[in-house]
Amino acid sequence: MRFKIVTSPHISQDVSVGQIMRRVLYAMIPGIAALTGFFGWGILINLVIATVVALLAETVMLTVRGRPLALHLSDFSAVVTAWLLAVALPPLAPWWLTALGIFSAIVVAKHLYGGLGYNPFNPAMAGYVVLLISFPREMSTWLIPHGLDQPHALSFLDALRAIFSSEWPARFTLDALTGATPLDALRTQIGLGLTVTEIRNSPIFGIVAGQGWEWAALGFLAGGLWLVYTRTADWRIPAGMLGGLAIIATIFYLADPQHYAPPWFHVWSGAAIFGAFFIATDPVTASTTSRGRLIYGAGIGILVYIIRGFGGYPDGVAFSVLLMNIAAPAIDLYTQPRVFGARRG
Amino acid sequence: MSRLYPFHGGLKTVRHKTESNQWPIQRAALPHRLTVPLRQHIGAIAKSLVQAGDRVLKGQMIGQADGYISAAVHAPTSGMVAAVETCPVPHPSGLPDLCVVIDSDGEECWVEHQPVDYRALHPSELRNVLRNAGIVGLGGAAFPSAVKLNLSGQCEHLDTLILNGAECEPWITCDDRLMRERATGIVAGLQVMTHLLEPREVLIGIEDDKPEAIAAMAEACVGTGYQVRPIPTRYPSGSVKQLVKLLTGKETPVEGLPVDVGVQCFNAATAYTVHRAIDHGEPVISRVVTVTGHVSQPGNFEALLGTSFADLVEQCGGYREGVERLIMGGPMMGFALHSDEVPLTKAANCILAASAAELTPAQPVMPCIRCGACVDVCPANLLPQQLYWHARAKEFDKAQDYHLFSCIECGCCSYVCPSHIPLVQYYRYAKNEIWAQEKEKQKAELARQRHQARLERLEREKQEREAKLRQKAPAKTIKATKASEAGIKLDIEAAVAHAKPHPPSSISSHAEEGESITDYSARTPALPVEGGSRGSEPLSSKQDA
Ligand code: SF4
Ligand code: SF4
Repeated sequence: MRFKIVTSPHISQDVSVGQIMRRVLYAMIPGIAALTGFFGWGILINLVIATVVALLAETVMLTVRGRPLALHLSDFSAVVTAWLLAVALPPLAPWWLTALGIFSAIVVAKHLYGGLGYNPFNPAMAGYVVLLISFPREMSTWLIPHGLDQPHALSFLDALRAIFSSEWPARFTLDALTGATPLDALRTQIGLGLTVTEIRNSPIFGIVAGQGWEWAALGFLAGGLWLVYTRTADWRIPAGMLGGLAIIATIFYLADPQHYAPPWFHVWSGAAIFGAFFIATDPVTASTTSRGRLIYGAGIGILVYIIRGFGGYPDGVAFSVLLMNIAAPAIDLYTQPRVFGARRG
Repeated sequence: MSRLYPFHGGLKTVRHKTESNQWPIQRAALPHRLTVPLRQHIGAIAKSLVQAGDRVLKGQMIGQADGYISAAVHAPTSGMVAAVETCPVPHPSGLPDLCVVIDSDGEECWVEHQPVDYRALHPSELRNVLRNAGIVGLGGAAFPSAVKLNLSGQCEHLDTLILNGAECEPWITCDDRLMRERATGIVAGLQVMTHLLEPREVLIGIEDDKPEAIAAMAEACVGTGYQVRPIPTRYPSGSVKQLVKLLTGKETPVEGLPVDVGVQCFNAATAYTVHRAIDHGEPVISRVVTVTGHVSQPGNFEALLGTSFADLVEQCGGYREGVERLIMGGPMMGFALHSDEVPLTKAANCILAASAAELTPAQPVMPCIRCGACVDVCPANLLPQQLYWHARAKEFDKAQDYHLFSCIECGCCSYVCPSHIPLVQYYRYAKNEIWAQEKEKQKAELARQRHQARLERLEREKQEREAKLRQKAPAKTIKATKASEAGIKLDIEAAVAHAKPHPPSSISSHAEEGESITDYSARTPALPVEGGSRGSEPLSSKQDA
């Protein structure tokens, strides 16, 4: 009998890139559910717009680059990028804002750099930063979570209209619906000379962090822990990032508790938890060595704190991730593991 | 329980041991024709002692060890030598090799058995007996054991002698059955080895999915002081350097051998052949081989070397429908064969007939997403994705900077890669290219030296002529430079380097991103270039190397 020649190994595990990406999507569901609960339909509408635009952009780019369509569309990487970006956008962001962000992410940050696996920058965060710099006003128009001065939630149609024609329902004024995010508030009011304790008495703050926000963080934490448990994400990156953030926040907090928010507030606020488990863990753009991942994560955590406390933006996850993306190859280079049998030291 | 020292990486693979380990070892039927390769070991091919038309007896030496790193070959049964010719053999290179073809007379007529009392012999004589009995490592490497049983020049004093009964590859169960059924024989062989090596301790490593083998070995070891160490079932714990680390905590240096850290390691089946050779005067003419996978009745067979794989499969009731691949060795490190018309050799521990059910379905290759799954499982503690990156870009220097040659080709990285990249294939390709380049360099260097020598000679002759003309001084004589005596270790290293398999190093030109990679048609060293450096547009060109 004649047989085929194939080299070893002849067996492998049943995993695929598509499976990993789908797991990331599943893991985002609890957090997205919480966000929707507090900020309404806008979250889901953004998600759909982002997904559709992402798939369109991906299809066009794959076709242009002559790549197999079915294979790459089924790797779900475009959908993951879409969701990561959509979740980070204000709930009633105009549709073109979402579309533009996705376009920057998929077309520029991903495909123009070589497509899946070759992009040096996290596409979702690249898209986010483009929007943040170009449209600061739209990007900071956040809704006030339900349960605060907003007894009547926007209906699905209200949200749709707001997103597609920028028409606000007549019965609300813009001011009644929108407000500063907790991190924003903390920033500006510390700037005004208030102490952390005074600021935190405001109703926009909840048990540990922002009202509503803290529940979304809990949802993302649950999903993130599941990712770590299933080894979809390496624990070192979130551990490094939250650890780094907590340590530097503790140092400042201990030095001056009236001017610096406590570490638990920082860890639980803004995009810290979401970023730690979902953004920073994007394998393509992170460090790949074990020690490197701890350092990479810690670097992001520390940068987040610096940007929050001393930079020009209320939250700094996107900038921090992009900055550490640049550093990742160097971190890899200097954290190579000691090869089996190589001399120690 | 004594302490274990886990090695980095490794993984739990599928097992598939019960398919073949439920039944005792069966004696395979005597075939009509045996094709006995003269090279069944690492090192120089044995010198043929017979020619067509000779009558041979069972156990008669038909190939003599040629040089220090070599091993003798014997007639597995009595009969007539039909030919001494080049035949297909099971080797990763796919190249045929010189074999002695014997037509069996069915008499099984033995040469005189000459058991020896190993305690009465001088160690070097004892090693000679083993050498002439054709004893080599039966775990798959087939390194001549007599060399490893000689410490002089390699190590002052041996700390640990390890018997490798890990058998970590899926499907293979020949050592499992052998340990269950012939533990006393194995321990008897181990005693001979202990006598030669005088180790401080003797450890027997067996994966804990073989409780019967562990129990049998423990019983056979009573009173000897040898310790049976159950080890966790984790591939590749049976890989020598990993096993040494696991049991002793010692890491074999990158370019060294376990003996450099005072450890020597032998396979369980090898110890058994030592016992047969010393206590019964039987050379290595058979071995236990697992025949498993997609065959009617998998099992373990004690078969004569030279029996064709087809015969052995026949004794398992033949192939079941749909066999796609025939693998010698396990599914992680074994190599695929073109044909089953190849003879059983000392290195063949398993014949695995694989159908789609045993194999993972061919998956399209995706770009590396740098997920690091390969980093987590690499037992050599390498960065497989970086090696891949440089191997693919043909940046062989950089691949070597990332310790390409520490890669043991265990396949763990390919096993877990979600992008289904044939990583190990890229490493083999890179290694082959580097070896080829080295050879070229050596050739060029040799040519340069020759040229230089010639120029010098001409110059010298000219001067001599002139001197003669002037009749001042007598002609100088040139002393031939003595060939320097190479140390034993150098020999070993050279032999191992020569024996490095040169497998089909091609990745099919279809192994492009997005296409499945089942058809490695050609055995030409070619590799498609898929991409440039990180951050640039992949090229997708299909250039040959
Ligand atoms: S497992 Fe595969 S995809 Fe992941 S880093 Fe390694 S080579 Fe790349
Ligand atoms: S094949 Fe080589 S690189 Fe891959 S896991 Fe094994 S030793 Fe590491």
